[in-house]
Amino acid sequence: MHDLDAALGLALTLVVTADADLLEIVGLSMTVSMTALALSCAIAMPFGALLGTCRFPGRGAVVVALNAMMGLPPVVVGLLVYLLLSNAGPLGFLHLLYTPGAMIIAQTVLITPIVAALTRQAIEDLHTEYAEQFRSLAVPGHVAIAALLWDGRWSLLTVALAGFGRAISEVGAVIIVGGNINHLTRVMTTAIALETSKGDLAMALALGLVLMTLALVVNALVFAVRHQTERHAHA
Amino acid sequence: MRSVAFRLLLVLVVCAASLGTVRAAGETIIVQSTTSTANSGLYEHLLPLFWADTGITAYVVAVGTGQALRNARNGDGDVVLVHAREAEEQFVTEGFGVERHDVMANDFVIVGPPTDRARILGLASAAEALTRIARSKARFVSRGDDSGTHKRELALWQTTGIDPSAASGTWYRETGSGMGATLNVAVGMAAYVLTDRGTWISFGNKADFMVLVEGDPDLFNPYGVILVNPTLHPHVNAAAGQRFIDWLVSARGQEAIADYRVHGQQLFFPNAEPRVEQ
Repeated sequence: MHDLDAALGLALTLVVTADADLLEIVGLSMTVSMTALALSCAIAMPFGALLGTCRFPGRGAVVVALNAMMGLPPVVVGLLVYLLLSNAGPLGFLHLLYTPGAMIIAQTVLITPIVAALTRQAIEDLHTEYAEQFRSLAVPGHVAIAALLWDGRWSLLTVALAGFGRAISEVGAVIIVGGNINHLTRVMTTAIALETSKGDLAMALALGLVLMTLALVVNALVFAVRHQTERHAHA
Repeated sequence: MRSVAFRLLLVLVVCAASLGTVRAAGETIIVQSTTSTANSGLYEHLLPLFWADTGITAYVVAVGTGQALRNARNGDGDVVLVHAREAEEQFVTEGFGVERHDVMANDFVIVGPPTDRARILGLASAAEALTRIARSKARFVSRGDDSGTHKRELALWQTTGIDPSAASGTWYRETGSGMGATLNVAVGMAAYVLTDRGTWISFGNKADFMVLVEGDPDLFNPYGVILVNPTLHPHVNAAAGQRFIDWLVSARGQEAIADYRVHGQQLFFPNAEPRVEQ
């Protein structure tokens, strides 16, 4: 497998020489996916917590629908966002199509159900544990939700990582709404798709290795932060 | 809770909009173009020269010709540079584009594995080659994506009187992907495939594949450039878009196209009508 060796060498060269194009692409990937993650956490975590603690008619249907939406195909999300943002579409006046803004919107739509559904489960489990205490102390609803979100923060961090993993690795949505434009909307995954279609498989794989390393670094950082914090908490 | 959700949505839109303005630095245009031109690396050669001459940044979205024209119909782009003459003329006739200009051309070739099961090597007629492929049921990979190359392939089949879609999934395989992705598939399954010469020359995963059929006048592959109609889509950057077109068909642009080489070979041959320089 000549391409595999070549890919490993190329990946190392790209990283060691701090290739300018690579840094630009990695930077945009991180900016887009991190922004999308922050937005979807801000929307989905309170929503998920609310859904995990409240009881109302039709709740089961909402939970099932939300869980199903975790399987939203990125290309369908891309298409929907394209139709919305297209100059012929209802939000065309924003002129967001083929910008990083459009990519953020698409990824936010894609991962919000994932973050919401997983938050709902984590908070619901915690709530069963705490419910009686909350009742006996007559804790108001919004205080209870805040307490649950805080106590569940490490589970929610893993939830956020799941959302990040989905966002940083998807190609279907960003290639449609971003257009994979060089120096404007090209991210890791669309660059990989492009190199593959050029037949430069070694370069495509090298970029893939860089992307996986990036995900590894993000996860390691999160792990380290948690480890440190817990050490301090127990000290 | 509703007001919170609304505020979050507002933040989302503002964030997105602020990132959206990244593009606003200097004059910019969006060019809807094809994978065959983008994958060949032509734009990396042309656009810096165009920028140096005009200060206009051209951003290229590379999709199939069919999708490029559809996106342009929606007003998502200022200029289209594609290769499907009939579809381009229809685009202009229907009022979506202003005027079609010849800009450059190359040719299509049929490539395949050296074993050449259908024995088409050296044939002068592409139609004859396709007929032999169909008769021997040798694998043939089609773009199947309404691109310029796909439209041409279907036109060639039509001249043979064979309907390959009847064999779709057996020896005739439609990838529904771009030119490069389709070449990867063809190489992977040792199948024949129609490709433009530009993509083929710059393609990096040829394995032992070779050009088997070339030179048929039916394989001529002209590219046209069209300004998206600004009366239909008022936000189209008509001035900058027109400058891009004028530059491409000018002596300087034509020379830049002719100068582009990959592995020492010229990929595109300028063919704009000579016009009086302003």
